[in-house]
Amino acid sequence: MKGWVLLFGLLSFTAAVVAQTAQEKGLAIAMEADKRDQGWQDQVTKMKMILRNSQGAESTREIRGKALEVQGDGDKSFSIFDTPADVKGTAFLSYTHALKPDEQWLYLPALKRVKRISSANKSGSFMGSEFAYEDIASQEVNKYKYKFLRDDKFAGRDVFVIERYPQYERSGYSKQIAWIDKEMYQPLKIEFYDQQKKLLKTLTQHDYKQYLDKYWRPTRLEMVNHQSGKSTTLIWESYKFKNGFTSRDFDRNSLKRAK
Amino acid sequence: MPASGWANEWSGNIAVEARYFNKDGISSSQYNQYGSVSFQPEWFNEWDDAKQRVTFVPFARWDQRDEKRTHADIRELSWSEVFPASELRIGIRKVFWGVTESQHLVDVINQTDLVENMDGEDKLGQPMINYALIQNWGTVDFYLLPYFRERTFPGISGRLRTLYPVDTANPIYESKDKDKHLDTAIRYSQSVGDWDIGLSYFNGTSRDPSFTTPSLDSDGNLSIRPVYNLMQQAGLDLQATKEAWLWKLEAINRRIKGTSYIAATGGFEYTFYSVLDGSSDLGLVLEYLYDDRNKSATTPFANDTMLGFRWTRNDVNDTNILLGVIADNQDDSRIYSIEANQRVGTNMKLTFEARWFRGINTTSNLLYSLRKDDYLQLELGYYF
Repeated sequence: MKGWVLLFGLLSFTAAVVAQTAQEKGLAIAMEADKRDQGWQDQVTKMKMILRNSQGAESTREIRGKALEVQGDGDKSFSIFDTPADVKGTAFLSYTHALKPDEQWLYLPALKRVKRISSANKSGSFMGSEFAYEDIASQEVNKYKYKFLRDDKFAGRDVFVIERYPQYERSGYSKQIAWIDKEMYQPLKIEFYDQQKKLLKTLTQHDYKQYLDKYWRPTRLEMVNHQSGKSTTLIWESYKFKNGFTSRDFDRNSLKRAK
Repeated sequence: MPASGWANEWSGNIAVEARYFNKDGISSSQYNQYGSVSFQPEWFNEWDDAKQRVTFVPFARWDQRDEKRTHADIRELSWSEVFPASELRIGIRKVFWGVTESQHLVDVINQTDLVENMDGEDKLGQPMINYALIQNWGTVDFYLLPYFRERTFPGISGRLRTLYPVDTANPIYESKDKDKHLDTAIRYSQSVGDWDIGLSYFNGTSRDPSFTTPSLDSDGNLSIRPVYNLMQQAGLDLQATKEAWLWKLEAINRRIKGTSYIAATGGFEYTFYSVLDGSSDLGLVLEYLYDDRNKSATTPFANDTMLGFRWTRNDVNDTNILLGVIADNQDDSRIYSIEANQRVGTNMKLTFEARWFRGINTTSNLLYSLRKDDYLQLELGYYF
């Protein structure tokens, strides 16, 4: 009898391992990635966005950003545009959430007007780029369901390949396939599939650097839209962590003094 | 951001503008074509770990024909300091209150720079002391407004004016302190989930003048004098952001010249995302404009409906077009407008604007003097 229980126990244990291999292993990788990226508190960034149309004509935007880590919820972020000159001083404040809609405000410096804007535009273009709002929002674990596909090599590095399916409303994607570096637990490549399940875009993240001996951040992102032939490069010129920001640096009053 | 992007730097814009009126005006002193140049530099600096800053924004316009549209202003010259739970801002500044698109009822701090544009979106700099108390339960802004700015009006050669020009040299004030009356205001604002709310109270000289009957001014021309009365106004502005819907309401109760009235603007903006070429946004704006004084209202928008379409192309040049009409619900009068703009290269922006006035047939209509003022306007701005 005792032997049977033991055997049965072993069998169900094996079954659990098998069951974990697909969905739960995918989730476990996402949770590990999330865990490893906790505790950065806040960051300041400076980035350049280069937009390229299908003929290769380029247009550049410069954006300064800051973000505040919020435990148990999406992060707060603040972006301000330095160029093009006619949108200089335009600022964007976002309180992101995993599943409920983000809260977003836009500051229009010429009118001194703070406008609450809809966050329903998840799949829309961010500033005319190939990045959608949902691509640049903070990545919370429960925004997706996951499935582990395989262990693989990418650009000479060991990776997990996982699929993830957006669980928030109004996503432009049916699924994403991510190549997650096994050492950094950061994506090296993500493929985005549209609602018709066709490959829409490919993102590759390059030149990772480690900050505070813990947090990995890419220096350059390349997003290619396979359907339109357009592409966007994001280049981070600097990252600075633990600046002592509070929620006061991410309120609507701070929008009005964005410079 | 500790190091701001353009501390101790000049930025701003210079723009050339051409306006064309296809009909002759209401007066032989008016023209059909007007050229104009404007200049608005901005200088800004900060210190004390970005807690203190000064901003300076002068503005000047030269107009080829209208001597009143040739004017200069200090849009901003202010110092401010940021504290953990408050902010102090002193000097000449601009403040915007409200949520609606068709008109801005609760927005009463700054005077309208009407010669800039008849839509009233351009404002003159207002001297003020503004203390903002910033708490978890909301922000309370206190304002002391020690000096009154008179509204600008087109001169005798200008279009989009009253039948008799406004004699801006001889305003009439209800307060014996005239433009030195100390106005005060307070505003509470807060954001809770999907809701953004503002409650405001203003006590002082109304920015909206009424007018005397025509009389001869010092130049021997018939003109009307602006009359600035004292008022008390309580205001509410509210926006609910529900997915692609923005529900908006502004309401005021204004006491002026011994009477009290209520006015409101309410409606919605709904946006269809990723339409047409797959990347455009198409917004639909519908607002109702109400004033309980109805026919005796001092605004032309006492019972009107505004319908607007906003097309945002989300392209490299930030192309967008706003088509709108405000129609009176009781008679046939309507104002149509088109505003479109697009970046050209990296530092230029081209703006096209057109308005036309239809169905304005009765002399009692407050828009009657504009009935021949349909216009097209093209502006090319250089930004630095």
